[in-house]
Amino acid sequence: MTEGIGARVLRKEDKRFLMGKGRYTDDIVEPNQAYAAFVRSPHAHAEVKSIDASAAKAMDGVVDVLNGEQLTGDGIGNIICGWAVTQKDGSGMNMGAWSALATNKVRYVGDAVAVVIADSIEQARNAAEAVEVDYKILPAVAQSMDALGTGAPEIHENAPGNVVFDWEIGSLEPTDAALAGAAHITEMEIVNNRLAPNPMEPRSAVATYNNAEDHYTLYTTSQNPHVARLVLSAFYQVAPEHKLRVIAPDVGGGFGSKIYIYPEEITCLWASMKTNRSVKWTSDRTEAFLTDAHGRDHVSTAKIGFDKDHKIVGLKVNTKANLGAYMSLFSSATPTYLYATLLSGQYNISNIYCDVQAVYTNTVPVDAYRGAGRPEACYLVERLMETAAREMGVSPVELRRKNFVTSFPHETPVIMTYDSGDFATNQDQAIKAADYDGFEARRAEAASRGKLRGIGFSNYIEACGIAPSAAVGSLGAGVGLWESAEVRVNPVGTIEVLTGSHSHGQGHETTFTQIVAERFGLPTENIQIVHGDTDKVQFGMGTYGSRSGAVGMSAIFKALDKVEAKAKKIAAHVLEASEDDIVIEGGEVKVAGTDKTMGWHEVGLAAYTGHNLPEGMEPGLKETSFYDPTNFTFPAGCYICEVEVDPDTGVTDIIQFVASDDFGTIINPMIVEGQVHGGLAQGIGQAMLEGVVYDDDAQQLSASYMDYAMPRADDLPNYSVHHASTECPGNPLGMKGCGEAGAIGSPPAVINAITDAIGNNDLSMPATPSKVWAALQAASAKQAAE
Amino acid sequence: MELSGEYRIAASKAEVWAALNDAEVLERCIPGCEELDKSSDTEMSAKVALKIGPVKARFNGNVTLENLDPPNAYSIVGEGQGGVAGFAKGGADVQLAEDGDETILTYQANAQVGGKIAQLGSRLIKSTSAKLADKFFANFRDALEPQEENTEG
Repeated sequence: MTEGIGARVLRKEDKRFLMGKGRYTDDIVEPNQAYAAFVRSPHAHAEVKSIDASAAKAMDGVVDVLNGEQLTGDGIGNIICGWAVTQKDGSGMNMGAWSALATNKVRYVGDAVAVVIADSIEQARNAAEAVEVDYKILPAVAQSMDALGTGAPEIHENAPGNVVFDWEIGSLEPTDAALAGAAHITEMEIVNNRLAPNPMEPRSAVATYNNAEDHYTLYTTSQNPHVARLVLSAFYQVAPEHKLRVIAPDVGGGFGSKIYIYPEEITCLWASMKTNRSVKWTSDRTEAFLTDAHGRDHVSTAKIGFDKDHKIVGLKVNTKANLGAYMSLFSSATPTYLYATLLSGQYNISNIYCDVQAVYTNTVPVDAYRGAGRPEACYLVERLMETAAREMGVSPVELRRKNFVTSFPHETPVIMTYDSGDFATNQDQAIKAADYDGFEARRAEAASRGKLRGIGFSNYIEACGIAPSAAVGSLGAGVGLWESAEVRVNPVGTIEVLTGSHSHGQGHETTFTQIVAERFGLPTENIQIVHGDTDKVQFGMGTYGSRSGAVGMSAIFKALDKVEAKAKKIAAHVLEASEDDIVIEGGEVKVAGTDKTMGWHEVGLAAYTGHNLPEGMEPGLKETSFYDPTNFTFPAGCYICEVEVDPDTGVTDIIQFVASDDFGTIINPMIVEGQVHGGLAQGIGQAMLEGVVYDDDAQQLSASYMDYAMPRADDLPNYSVHHASTECPGNPLGMKGCGEAGAIGSPPAVINAITDAIGNNDLSMPATPSKVWAALQAASAKQAAE
Repeated sequence: MELSGEYRIAASKAEVWAALNDAEVLERCIPGCEELDKSSDTEMSAKVALKIGPVKARFNGNVTLENLDPPNAYSIVGEGQGGVAGFAKGGADVQLAEDGDETILTYQANAQVGGKIAQLGSRLIKSTSAKLADKFFANFRDALEPQEENTEG
């Protein structure tokens, strides 16, 4: 089977993208369409004393100017957080109100206070400039440590001291006791830099209210259109669920930032009703830096203890997580259940304690971004392991190997149960591919050219799929995290698969097709994947957390089981054979051991004519499934980065980057490698280039590509990507998820390599040439002093 | 962001002080100033067009004179709104000292910007501010000693 599981099938969706015929939200043009431009606060923190829109309203082409008081007056609800975290003392979160259009106070630069609806985008933008807002400027704060300081400005009155919640996991006393008895302790302050998500397609929305049917349609850049519809109807009261259709057509990347339902989408729907016009808004790039949920921004202190045999005895972590000005949809889960639950890494650790203080600041809200919590955990654990190895004078490879979890299932002290893995095999594969044994010779050769060569490891583990609904429900999730699918066999035997997963770069139209092709032996051209439309797909929780394989495809797999069973019943009846003897292969339905056969299309036809079906069977051949996984999946692997640093300039070149991943079953190796490449680029971007910068007044200084450095082709090496898989026992396909691994595992490998090269463990991301150079000077000064 | 500077002006301290309080002189000297209206001895409103990096904006602002110590020193404080371009605010402490028949003017200034100017032009703020300050004091000196060629500053 050349197009089934394991085949490098070329991406079906690429034809339309390469022909320029992708259909994105901004390509949608509705009759009578108007444009929205938002009036945004230039201040990080201010009272809104008055809004004067009279001049703007009088301008050419302006349909209306709407504000937050009108919005809340119409009963549009405040923006919700979908995951309730319980504090140490048992109380709930100190969540401040977030209105889609701010009413009496703005809390970050970019907070919208009004929206102009006009006939053209130029008219809307010009009129937005003419809206006069009288602000009373208040002191502002951008960094979590400053927001927690005495005398810091209060951002929400119901969050005293700007603490959103103070949460803990693990056992404090046993961890303290274990660390007190440790033979060696490594202690570090670890900062995970704030990132902007930067999908290639900016966010966009086109909302249409039909007053004849009292019905709303929203085209939007969403990773989860059904979740958007649910939240827009049940919580924001924009429209009842059965009167709202949400369509996420082609979407050009998300990385988490398009999970959330933002103020702009809510406002466009409401404004369409207010003005009786279709309303379109498309973010420009600076607006994206100001409004798309940022990622990371953790400041942690961590302490890991080892016994005299270099076995880990305990890990204690404190993290301050900057949540920005408001709580975004999954902002509470990201620095807690998606982060601290992975602090055991690939290692046997009996005692772990972590507490997290989530903090309001006058910055863009922070939420899940490719990896979401797991990159922060991996970076912390893997920098500690590498630094500890250096401090104890042992091989970083041996130190890790000595502490690997080797038997499964394995329960960690931070509530995860690892189901499978073979960490030593991944490490061996990576070491061999990187020619680790030859490194010292390469280091000497580089030194002869005046370059500092370093090597760094990262042994990551993460949790994907976002787990059984009952489990996440017990931890505070407001939704279930199953996935749904519907497999429709047409009367001519072609197949449509309707999935609740959403493809925005992952290649679902190809990989999902492959599991259908594998099942029935059909060519992939006979199979169509339908997604992203709440009027077509029954329901879906969407795509994030590397869940579309393990959860989304499993739902399809379960629906295929039902289709296969019914098709066999029909064939057995028509061919007058026993159901158990029917086999389906190569597009034929056969009676095993005989020459009796019928074409797959004939089974379809028989199902829909209904002329000759088994007694009592309903006509048709269409089945649905709602699949709820039994556990998270645990992709893991070993990454090795080798760098050369120019000591005169601090410029760092990545010479080689090796990845050995365990993703379980791989459907399409080409697509998986593409996911790894993209993830590595984002992780290397975080490690060496990217970082959102705020000044002391919480003004964002990096809101364009002049100041926010994205990785480019010449910043990146040719990756050496390998797989060594163990099957995931938790889902029928044995898949683990590959979408985020690269971004999770790579940053510590890069920083461990640079710190190895320069001989100074004190280096923070992004490791720009000036930071590397300064760390190198500090190391030389220290050496001279000794 | 902070700046400071020193200028030698070929005029008496009293003349320099008078010019520093003369709205017409200030209007001529402030780079990009389109209007400067004096509403009291210490309060003025101004319209200034500026280009900082990729952002071009017209600021409507208020200027206040504080800590008046005639004819030795004052502080000039201002803030301006530039619409979607954002805002700018800042101030300068200015001191005058007699040196023969000339006057030495020193200043310490600070400036703060927000909104689009900060997002897109932050790297250019310091160099632009320094350039604007230089331009202002050069204009100011020329206003007081119009016919002389002067290369200091």
